[in-house]
Amino acid sequence: MSTQSNVKIDRVIDARGSFCPGPLMEMIRAMKAAQVGEVVAVLSNESGSKRDIPAWADKSGQEFVGIFEQDGHDQIVVRKVK
Amino acid sequence: MTKRVVVLGGGVGGTLVANLLVKKLRPGEAEVILIDEDAQHVYQPGFLYVAFGQKQPANLTRPVRSLLDRRVRILTAKAQRIDPTAQVIATDHGDVHYDELVVATGSHLAPDEIPGLKEATHHFYTAEGAQALHEALKQFRGGHVVVGVAGVPYKCPPAPLEFVLMLDAELRAKGLRDKTEIHFVSPLPRVFPIETVAVKVAPIMESRGIQIHTFFNVESVDPKRREVVSLEGETVPYDLLVLIPPHRGAKVVIDSGLGEAGGWISTDRRTLKATAHPRMFVVGDATNLPISKSGSAAHFEADALVANLIADLRNESQEHKYNGKIMCFLETGAGKATLLDFDYNHPPQPPEPNRMYHWQKALFNQFYWWTVPQGRLPGEKQTKEQQEKAGD
Repeated sequence: MSTQSNVKIDRVIDARGSFCPGPLMEMIRAMKAAQVGEVVAVLSNESGSKRDIPAWADKSGQEFVGIFEQDGHDQIVVRKVK
Repeated sequence: MTKRVVVLGGGVGGTLVANLLVKKLRPGEAEVILIDEDAQHVYQPGFLYVAFGQKQPANLTRPVRSLLDRRVRILTAKAQRIDPTAQVIATDHGDVHYDELVVATGSHLAPDEIPGLKEATHHFYTAEGAQALHEALKQFRGGHVVVGVAGVPYKCPPAPLEFVLMLDAELRAKGLRDKTEIHFVSPLPRVFPIETVAVKVAPIMESRGIQIHTFFNVESVDPKRREVVSLEGETVPYDLLVLIPPHRGAKVVIDSGLGEAGGWISTDRRTLKATAHPRMFVVGDATNLPISKSGSAAHFEADALVANLIADLRNESQEHKYNGKIMCFLETGAGKATLLDFDYNHPPQPPEPNRMYHWQKALFNQFYWWTVPQGRLPGEKQTKEQQEKAGD
């Protein structure tokens, strides 16, 4: 699977319908389980995720790849780098 | 043949639902059985006050029987498995068949999920934990206190904020505040899950000199070095640690394969029906709903749940909707509190803390035993207007 930026996604977490701070915590949970180098995507329709997940990636030193608008939701992508 | 409704769990949600059911069912329409492991009802919000020596655990527990309508039968038994296909609950006292089931099994602490947490931390989410914390606070003479949340979801989201603000007030009263650093750690980008509350409370905390660490997801605790380490790479030293452990759904839910991640049951946010299992309803902390795990949520869910359950029992198609309403107080220390009143579509807008809300909370804590479990407290019945607002 690839996004518009052609990044290979290793894990996709569908957090649609999960409200604040649901998608953020789903991303954190997935990143804990991921291996270094893996790319995690969270699908979210909760607007705060677009602000909170990049801020969390910045604070935790992980690589924020991008936010990709899809059919009625966002795909928010982070790479585990440490 | 008389039908049978089984309510699994004797906490706020289970007790209230059982009482409302026997009031609303027609005579002889169905029997209501409540199953609980020890048949004791615990008023958990009181534990906060136990930590400060203001309440005794013995006053926070009563037999479920004393709170239940006499028409509700109690089975004191440990539920081991729920079979939603056969509609049977296996217990250590035999199998119990049901026509309709209400799962009210609550949320449970899982400190083992974080290395070092169980040995290192105090908390006030059980009677024993709150008493031990009270003893630790009596011995405390200053140092680094770290307070916070070690995982979401956790029940009674205001409680850690209430604790840290009350702790600040207590240490000031004892003349120990200038010898103490207080740190508050939150896994979220703010101090409270809901932003409108966070922006009100964070400045109060800052004004009291409480240091806030956001995006602090507790990864491990080192009891020897007395340090808490976050997933984000931050390390905070402590002399006294008060972290709310991660929560999980009930063992019987997990063992029966009914829970999603964390052991929460997928539940329709309006009807309170289990989404994957007919003849099953879920109330309170056991749901996977993105709302507070609190007695207040269970309280306000009960009316819609009971109406839907009775309609289901009668094979009627009408649908009653829970609008997400929750109402609770938030202590801000020094005898003041504020009020959180919200639903799915309207976030809380807490007013300035004042003494009136503090006394209302204190009164509520006293009157709880005669009001909430019996369904006597006004407010749990949604108006027609609220039903309409709830939408789909």
